Amino acid sequence: MASEVHADGESLALREQFDTAAQQKDASTLGMWIFLITEVMFFGGMFLAYTVYRRTYPEIFAIASSSLNVYIGAANTVVLLCSSFTMVMAVRAAQLGRTKGIVLFLILTLLLGGVFLGVKAYEWNEKFQEHHIPGPSFHLEGLAPDQQGHAQLFFSLYFAMTGLHALHMVIGAGLLGVLIWQARRGRFSAEYMTPVDLTGLYWHFVDIIWIFLFPLLYLIDRHLK
Amino acid sequence: MPEHTEHVDSVRTYALVFAALIFLTVATTAVAFVDLGAFSVVAALVIATCKMLLVALFFMHVRHSTKLTRLVVLGGLLWLVILLLLTLGDMMTRGWVGVPGR
Repeated sequence: MASEVHADGESLALREQFDTAAQQKDASTLGMWIFLITEVMFFGGMFLAYTVYRRTYPEIFAIASSSLNVYIGAANTVVLLCSSFTMVMAVRAAQLGRTKGIVLFLILTLLLGGVFLGVKAYEWNEKFQEHHIPGPSFHLEGLAPDQQGHAQLFFSLYFAMTGLHALHMVIGAGLLGVLIWQARRGRFSAEYMTPVDLTGLYWHFVDIIWIFLFPLLYLIDRHLK
Repeated sequence: MPEHTEHVDSVRTYALVFAALIFLTVATTAVAFVDLGAFSVVAALVIATCKMLLVALFFMHVRHSTKLTRLVVLGGLLWLVILLLLTLGDMMTRGWVGVPGR
């Protein structure tokens, strides 16, 4: 329908190097998954560092974790899950070739992603005010001076992991912006919606990272407090 | 010509998965306030893994994907498990044998 047909008979849904549109789609999906696996290993290294240090200093990690606001974290998790739901609805609209649906659900996804990042910025700002940023002025209440360094380890991991996660969200938001612009121009149809599909995979992957970050960073031994 | 049949899941399916994800988020938050000892981290990771499976199987369409894609996903996770298990195995067993000269 809306797929641009080139002079030589090529279309977006079927480039000349592929036999069928299905083969092209499968190749794109496989490529995206291989990229996501490299991302899993990238974040995996940080999860490993986290595990090693949490195992080394369990009590201090519990105290440092309890200084995070669990309700804000849980609410933000819900926001991100909502954005995953709207994303999958955008992909569904694309499968059915409903351009208005794609645009609407992508805009909702972008807005929810923005809310998540806004809340994250609020949390980080709080950390600055409370001197919970690793560095010379770091101080966590209730810990002896010789334990402050170990608490800094927790917050270093907290900022590195949530920071990288947020960076992925910002990149995802950029991709959504491009998709919204392209969808409005009628680039996607039921025959060709690969970019929407693959951006969906990326967005859900970033969601999965947060699904693990939330309990590991916010929910260590909450019963102690 | 359309031999490629896209699996279009119903809105109901997605809504149910979404509801399950919200429920599990509330559950993992609530269970963190209960003293389960060493099992609190187990509970947190089991719930997180369930959420991951829901997102991957339904939202990321792994249940409709080709065998090759599934193999790649499982293979990737296998490498992550190797990374975590071997490092933790080293961490936990270092004290078991004395090192000569130390």
